[in-house]
Amino acid sequence: MAEKLISKIPEGPLSEKWTKHKSQIRVVSPGNKRKLEVIVIGTGLGGASAAASLGELGYNVKVFCISDSPRRAHSIAAQGGINAAKNYHNDNDSIYRLFYDTIKGGDYRSREANVYRLAEVSNNIIDQCVAQGVPFAREYGGLLANRSFGGAQVSRTFYARGQTGQQLLLGAYAALNRQIKAGTVKSYPRHEMLELVLINGEAKGIIARNLVTGEIERFGAHAVVIATGGYGNAYFLSTNAMNSNGSAAWQCYKKGAFFANPCFAQIHPTCIPVHGEQQSKLTLMSESLRNDGRIWVPKKMEDVAKLRKHQIKPSQIAEEDRDYYLERRYPAFGNLVPRDVASRAAKERCDAGFGVNETGLAVFLDFKTAIERLGKDVIKARYGNLFQMYEKITDTNPYEEPMMIYPAIHYTMGGIWVDYNLMTTIPGLYAIGEANFSDHGGNRLGASALMQGLADGYFILPYTIGDYLASKFKEPKTDINAPEFAEAEKAVKNKISKLLGIKGKESVDSIHKRLGHIMWEHVGMARNEAGLKEGIKLIQELRKEFWENVYVAGENGEFNQELEKALRLADFLEIGELMARDALNRNESCGGHFREEMQTEDGETKRDDENYMYVAAWEYKGDNVEPELHKEPLNYENIKIVTRNYKD
Amino acid sequence: MDLTLKVWRQKNAKAEGKFETYQVKNISPDSSFLEMLDILNEQLIAEGADPVAVEKGCKSSGPVSFDHDCREGICGACSLYINGRAHGPDDEVTTCQLHMRKFKDGDTITIEPWRSKGFPVIKDLVVDRQAFDKILQAGGYVSVGTGGVPDGNAIPIPYEKAEESMDGAACIGCGACVATCKNGSAMLFVSARVSSLALLPQGKVEAAKRAKAMVAKMDELGFGACTNTRACEMECPKHITVSHIARLNREFLCAKFQD
Repeated sequence: MAEKLISKIPEGPLSEKWTKHKSQIRVVSPGNKRKLEVIVIGTGLGGASAAASLGELGYNVKVFCISDSPRRAHSIAAQGGINAAKNYHNDNDSIYRLFYDTIKGGDYRSREANVYRLAEVSNNIIDQCVAQGVPFAREYGGLLANRSFGGAQVSRTFYARGQTGQQLLLGAYAALNRQIKAGTVKSYPRHEMLELVLINGEAKGIIARNLVTGEIERFGAHAVVIATGGYGNAYFLSTNAMNSNGSAAWQCYKKGAFFANPCFAQIHPTCIPVHGEQQSKLTLMSESLRNDGRIWVPKKMEDVAKLRKHQIKPSQIAEEDRDYYLERRYPAFGNLVPRDVASRAAKERCDAGFGVNETGLAVFLDFKTAIERLGKDVIKARYGNLFQMYEKITDTNPYEEPMMIYPAIHYTMGGIWVDYNLMTTIPGLYAIGEANFSDHGGNRLGASALMQGLADGYFILPYTIGDYLASKFKEPKTDINAPEFAEAEKAVKNKISKLLGIKGKESVDSIHKRLGHIMWEHVGMARNEAGLKEGIKLIQELRKEFWENVYVAGENGEFNQELEKALRLADFLEIGELMARDALNRNESCGGHFREEMQTEDGETKRDDENYMYVAAWEYKGDNVEPELHKEPLNYENIKIVTRNYKD
Repeated sequence: MDLTLKVWRQKNAKAEGKFETYQVKNISPDSSFLEMLDILNEQLIAEGADPVAVEKGCKSSGPVSFDHDCREGICGACSLYINGRAHGPDDEVTTCQLHMRKFKDGDTITIEPWRSKGFPVIKDLVVDRQAFDKILQAGGYVSVGTGGVPDGNAIPIPYEKAEESMDGAACIGCGACVATCKNGSAMLFVSARVSSLALLPQGKVEAAKRAKAMVAKMDELGFGACTNTRACEMECPKHITVSHIARLNREFLCAKFQD
């Protein structure tokens, strides 16, 4: 089956590949576009921008989201910013440098051609968003402002206060609204895709549940685009929204789309620490805070003990008794090392006993130096809303005492395998944004998720999907009365009846929390062979328990949030196992994937380029059957592979 | 903390609703309001899952439905009316950012959905806010397509204008303004978008037309008129001020004069 993994990366020099490819792929004439239908699942940055752009081109688009409005997709919560290689600040930025930083940041596990294209279109994204009326931060001269983010030595991050994701999404949502009004896009809020429908091996539609009425509905099209984000909620506690889930992507996997690098999950270093067992989710504090915040723990154990007993305030600890461990370990990048590096360094200090709160799982993020240097007003202007958010949650004023932070699951680099056209191994099925795997390798740099979502949706998919649809306009509209639809609908209905019929004792959330504990313990920030094997066993046992003992309240024919959660958890219980399997297979440390067996003397990641410089793409082989691993080798022709170094 | 909750229960849009009273115990003051509701729901689920209790005639009405998603105050999904205030007894927060330390042990808390003609109840505390999408579809955008736009720095925007535009753009579309307004008016929501775009050169081109289209749609969908009580401003979790309503009125009048 190896022939399925054809990446379709164009020949020729790196900087000409995308231009050349665009000139060679087919286009669909305006008259024929009107005959073609496309389904887009998800309305985050990827889904909304794709649906709007496809609608503008003249395709008939149906767009689905699980929320009550497309505007609530979780892209809305991205705070810090979006990267682009504009070089507006004359600090020697370039497309090549953004490309290089992204490949390096991803620890050499992403595709050169995809990442170069991402860097290439990054500048168009900024122009597009400005034209839509996105109120980016400005300099006093009226031009666009920038700030720095982790993993970069230039200032290339555009932002709108601490609400960049919100503003970019509202831009894409506005473009979508314009198309809804124009009639090219039809919107289906509160609809959840539960099954992908294939006819003759091609993606031709979906089965969705109307979340208000519980009706199971059929929708047909000539192509289906998955833009449903990541699967980080497998850990229960994460910075993802409560309803974010991996189910749409997982249905595609079970229908034959390969799932790539599932073990690559990003753990974000700056989240508000867990307060206790009643916690439902974790709140991110933007990476942008690391521009001015300094991360530290006390040098002396006695200070740690006093902090935990609330006998002293952090601000009372003298400068010389503070260990600014990122500045100490990584002098070249200091507090702006990439996320995986910062997270592991925090874990290292806490494991050594220097955690600063009662649980021992927190470090300080301190603005004292910045406030002294710039004044409180400047800090307030830059991060005011983040400081307010922190104070509301923790009841501590971060202008006076440092914030407490700890790493948490934030993003998944892995996802559905796609070729250069963003098409999966199923013809006619595309995956964009966080839902695919292609651009971030083993670790995503800050301010690159927004860039990728919008690159895919505005500037890549609208071109590449034409190449496929050019051969489809002669086909009639997909018939939703075809037996394939009936069969898929029946499978969905059976699954729902089965879940509702178990009538066990355990609530959906309590099983999800247990899955989260297993994932964090065994497939978390540090992994090893024995732990992963144990994790797989525990997940399998828990899955069995779920199907025997879950209690799903209510009925199908109504608004039923318990049923929604149960359907998603059923998939997380499978996704978690694949994550662990992939982590077990990848016996190297790279990016966010840290195998304890593979580290340097000073605790840094140790890659194994000889054996693992490939994309691990998993093929579904049946329930409770081991999936098959396919390997897509990664070739680096333009970048010299080195060990990531943020020290000098 | 131990609390008494009076929660609005309504099976669906057509059913009649009523308050049910529940007790919750051992709530951490550091928990969020929604985490407290999660605990209530676990309790209600346990009752429903207990065959002995069900046999004895315990009629659990099941877990309480409520909209929520990001739980960090930005998606705008959560929408609870708590003790007579939209998003509860704290300023400039959404319900998900409200923490139990704002209440006292032994308190009785009343929880209702948004109540407004524009937002019909779907179930329990969940309401239908599609009207907001429809208002924005009527004109809440700049008419540019993907591609073919000028360089980002080709349009300089004064710092202050960009900041003011951002103040309006911060709206999360939660609907607290409508739920709070005695007239059920959506003026703060509409004005936030109209004003935010009108402040920028990109949005200025269609400003008058946009104001007219969005106001017409708001009226058509059954939202009330603004009588300047400023209650919306007091309850807006993102501190959007009525100065945006003033700007909307200006754009709207300009449009009318042009007619």
